[in-house]
Amino acid sequence: MHKYLPHTESDIEEMLKVTGAQTLDDLFSSIPKKLRLTKPYNIPSALSDDNLTKHMKNLASMNQELVIFRGAGSYDHYTPSIVKSLISRQEFLTSYTPYQPEVAQGTLQYIFEYQSMVCELTGMEVSNASMYDGATSTAEAMFMAHAQTGSSKILVSETVNPRIIEVVKTYARYRDIEVLLVPSMNGETDLSFIEKNGTGSMGLIVQNPNYMGVIEDYSKFADVVHAQGGLFIMNAEGQSLGILKTPGEYKADIAVGDLQSLGLPLSFGGAYIGYLATKMQYVRKMPGRICGITTDVEGKRAFVLTLQAREQHIRRAKANSNICSNQSLMALAVTIYLSTMGKQGLVDVANESMKGAHYLYTELLKTNKFEVVYNKPFFKEFTLKAKFDVKAFENALLKKNILGPLHIGDNNLLFAVTERRTVAEMDLLVEMAVNQK
Amino acid sequence: MILEGLLYAESHEWLKVEGKQAYVGISDHAQHALGSVVFIELPKVGASIKKGDTFGAVESVKAASDLYMPVSGKIIEVNSKLESTPELLNDDPYGSWIIKIELSNPSETSALLSSAQYAPLCEE
Repeated sequence: MHKYLPHTESDIEEMLKVTGAQTLDDLFSSIPKKLRLTKPYNIPSALSDDNLTKHMKNLASMNQELVIFRGAGSYDHYTPSIVKSLISRQEFLTSYTPYQPEVAQGTLQYIFEYQSMVCELTGMEVSNASMYDGATSTAEAMFMAHAQTGSSKILVSETVNPRIIEVVKTYARYRDIEVLLVPSMNGETDLSFIEKNGTGSMGLIVQNPNYMGVIEDYSKFADVVHAQGGLFIMNAEGQSLGILKTPGEYKADIAVGDLQSLGLPLSFGGAYIGYLATKMQYVRKMPGRICGITTDVEGKRAFVLTLQAREQHIRRAKANSNICSNQSLMALAVTIYLSTMGKQGLVDVANESMKGAHYLYTELLKTNKFEVVYNKPFFKEFTLKAKFDVKAFENALLKKNILGPLHIGDNNLLFAVTERRTVAEMDLLVEMAVNQK
Repeated sequence: MILEGLLYAESHEWLKVEGKQAYVGISDHAQHALGSVVFIELPKVGASIKKGDTFGAVESVKAASDLYMPVSGKIIEVNSKLESTPELLNDDPYGSWIIKIELSNPSETSALLSSAQYAPLCEE
């Protein structure tokens, strides 16, 4: 029996006998002949184990291994080997979001642990079992605010990652929600614009640190948004929460963001993981699965999926979100990562990243090839304006196996530094910049 | 059980009219169909809601249902006791009003059902 194709020839024969069909094709007789594929699939035939390994090695050798100085939402942090080792266990790797949940106590337990860790990280009261990524969780937060307030206008700061704004706009379009962008003033969200234009809106979405890397001071924002009857929604990337002021401390109503930086590899298109956490008073407007803890009939601790009446399989078309899934395996990776690193480990990674970023910032400015853009506090990402051809710089770096900063328009470059970047790697980047014209 | 003297909507809310004002709750049949009610979402006082639009929602251990306005009106009071003890809707559905409204258009009540007219709707 093949691991992933469980039916043997005799299984198939037996099932055909029961159904009374002569061949497998007879099972499709209700589909008109002209709609059926009559020739073989245009895919190569199966390879032997040895040849498959060679084929995959060949493909892998076409990859260029890069030293990464780019972030903009996804970060090259180190993942301890225990994470990959544990999540590769078959009972984790092949399981899906729990649909017959209470049978899978182990799955529910790690989801519960995950939710507890997200609450601790964000300073919020309740978290769901995870979402696809930081962008969709941000859009789901907008739906929560929409349901809570009944308003059809949302304010979104222009300092939010433009790709997140695009996703928010896409979601907004299908609920007739107007997205009003709040202008950025010197790299920070313009509070006075919100004071003038926020009344009657469902709330405000901001990001910290923002897209350009600036750590914004959101101390006054919650009070302004709340006075206008809206919800204050903050997007914060997971790794930053180890040392920065949390959404909870900023009195945010909903905290969202991506957790890729906590134990997941950089990969084109994901799979990443988004979190969504809020205050208990909004729990019934929350999207996604929520795991709870209780006791069974014998008084033993038991984990359950709770508050399911919110969800689509019960609430049908009236459900506030159509998410009935979660990123279970990714949530497990995050949970193992956080358990492995511990509180101090998380702080150390953040501090190392920040130290590196500030070193690189200073060294790059010394070259006189860059101008300061914002002069504001930053964490592990920062923006500098280049005085040279940025495309040529990018190509020169690629030749040295370096993925350079992201060009974010107007000759501005967005650099990211994680704890994985060595002084030698940063010095090489600086040296490359010196030679640019 | 269907209480006489109240007006009923096909969506299983009851209405008790007192002059230009009225109390709204859910029928015994509705609470029975829902099962143990664990949560109620109440509207904001002052909101004007049209007949047939939702004014809130009730959630039981097995279902969640919207509550519909039997007639158009302005919310003048909500039974906030239900927020902490929603099970009162099961224990005493006719004694547990959910909202008190001011009727926007009193003639709309003529379209509602009497207890006798409502009874067949509860037979399934």
